Amino acid sequence: MARRVAIVGTGQTDHRSHRPDVNGREMIYEAVKRALDDCQLSIHDIDAIIIGNMDHFESINYVDTWSVEGSGAVMKPIMKVTTGGTTGASVAIAAYYHVASGFFDKVLAIGWEKNSESDTTAAIITCSDPVWDRAFYSGAIPSLATEASAYMKQYGATQEDAARVAVRDRTNALSNPHAHLRKPITIEDVMASPMLAYPIKLLDVCPRTDGAAAVVFAADGVAQKIAPKPAWIRACAARHTYSWFGDVDYNAGLLSLQRASKEAYQRAGIREPADEIDVAELYLPYSYAGLKWIEDLGFCGPGEGPGFIRDGHTDMGGKIPVNPSGGVISTNCIGATALLRVAEAAMQVMGKAGQRQVPDVEVALATGFGGCFWSDVLILGKARP
Amino acid sequence: MTVNLNQVESLTLQGQIAVPYTWWVGRVGSRFLIALRDEAKIIGNRCNRCNTVYVPPRGNCGSCFEDIDQFVEVSNEGVVSAYTVVRFKYPLQPVDTPFAYALIHLDGADVSLAHIIKADLDKLKNGVRVRALFKERSERTGHILDIDSFQII
Repeated sequence: MARRVAIVGTGQTDHRSHRPDVNGREMIYEAVKRALDDCQLSIHDIDAIIIGNMDHFESINYVDTWSVEGSGAVMKPIMKVTTGGTTGASVAIAAYYHVASGFFDKVLAIGWEKNSESDTTAAIITCSDPVWDRAFYSGAIPSLATEASAYMKQYGATQEDAARVAVRDRTNALSNPHAHLRKPITIEDVMASPMLAYPIKLLDVCPRTDGAAAVVFAADGVAQKIAPKPAWIRACAARHTYSWFGDVDYNAGLLSLQRASKEAYQRAGIREPADEIDVAELYLPYSYAGLKWIEDLGFCGPGEGPGFIRDGHTDMGGKIPVNPSGGVISTNCIGATALLRVAEAAMQVMGKAGQRQVPDVEVALATGFGGCFWSDVLILGKARP
Repeated sequence: MTVNLNQVESLTLQGQIAVPYTWWVGRVGSRFLIALRDEAKIIGNRCNRCNTVYVPPRGNCGSCFEDIDQFVEVSNEGVVSAYTVVRFKYPLQPVDTPFAYALIHLDGADVSLAHIIKADLDKLKNGVRVRALFKERSERTGHILDIDSFQII
């Protein structure tokens, strides 16, 4: 039987387009120190560490070994987990498993990336099959543009509908001192930004960011002594689907997110997500995901995403605020990106989100997205499960 | 149609991606490299808690997990603590063979610096004293090979 596990502390860097002042190891150290300070622990209290990024963004492989000075893993068990865009959520889930297993009481999860050290798109391209998909359909944009076009055709959604999502996230980022892009934008700005590949424009997509995040997980009995109000893990689930872009049914919704969230909701006993979840911190790498994927998460019905956004249900103060941190469209240090979603959800549950705190959060949802339409889902709660 | 796969030629494709990487050294490492370039000096730093002097310097002590802000100049001389003489050629090697990769324990440091020795390889043994040979000022760029090599004294 798995043990109950809670998040007791979080830390992150102040995210920037590039961090000339520190190398990767030193940047990791910043986030780890902040996480330890947040829960008043020393590195010597930590029993094991899970770390993740994508090696090909920095071309420094085996981060589990070369970064120990910064991660705090000197003479400790450490393991690298790398699953593409979902990496940050996967390190969180792996840390949860480590504690739930009973082998470790306090485990540190770290995600980081120094995107400024390489050509992000060239590096992402190396993720896809070199013989079949790489030359024609790789990088972040092509498959997402296909998904967005299919969604617009199916339900009549417009570019303005998507722009509203980007504006929401970028507006929220103004209240997050750690966020990378903290300049307000309007729907007109999004519409006027350069077209990358129809219907995706520059301001519809996430930036490239240098940054790191760290989250401390602790076992039932230990967690309550560290944090007065820990964020309990209610459920987590991961689903990985296709590795051939041509195999994806772009009209069927994000299947991996549908399946992963369904399983997580079942484990957490959630029947009406939009009513029972108080805040959602979603891995939305581009604006159209903010329309479509909230349908896959069951916040509203198929095709209802644009109306749900337009009616303000996902705004701060709405029915289910989405991305109080400013989301991925404001900050994208890729290996840290999904862990930042988990950290934000935990901060919201713990009442530590400062200016962007959603009142009275009992249940928070965090997601990760990456690879070939892969999804990770975590549900955190104030009540001990 | 049934195909006998044993009779099919196996093809390969040539990769076309060369990703250019640019690594930020960080301020701590830059301080070290700038001292090599501008002053022909070797800088380390000392952990205030365990007193270990690290060369090259680093942002924090891995064991104590504390920031390090105390920089110290160490000697350009030290002793060889380990080495191997390289005989085979490989494109990524810093200089032509034969040469030695060596760990140099500089006077005043608590850890060894990895570098190369190019001359007098027949005299090389653990414990032998060596001195840093710097490149000319005009050739120094802020790189670990601003120290051309270490010479046996």
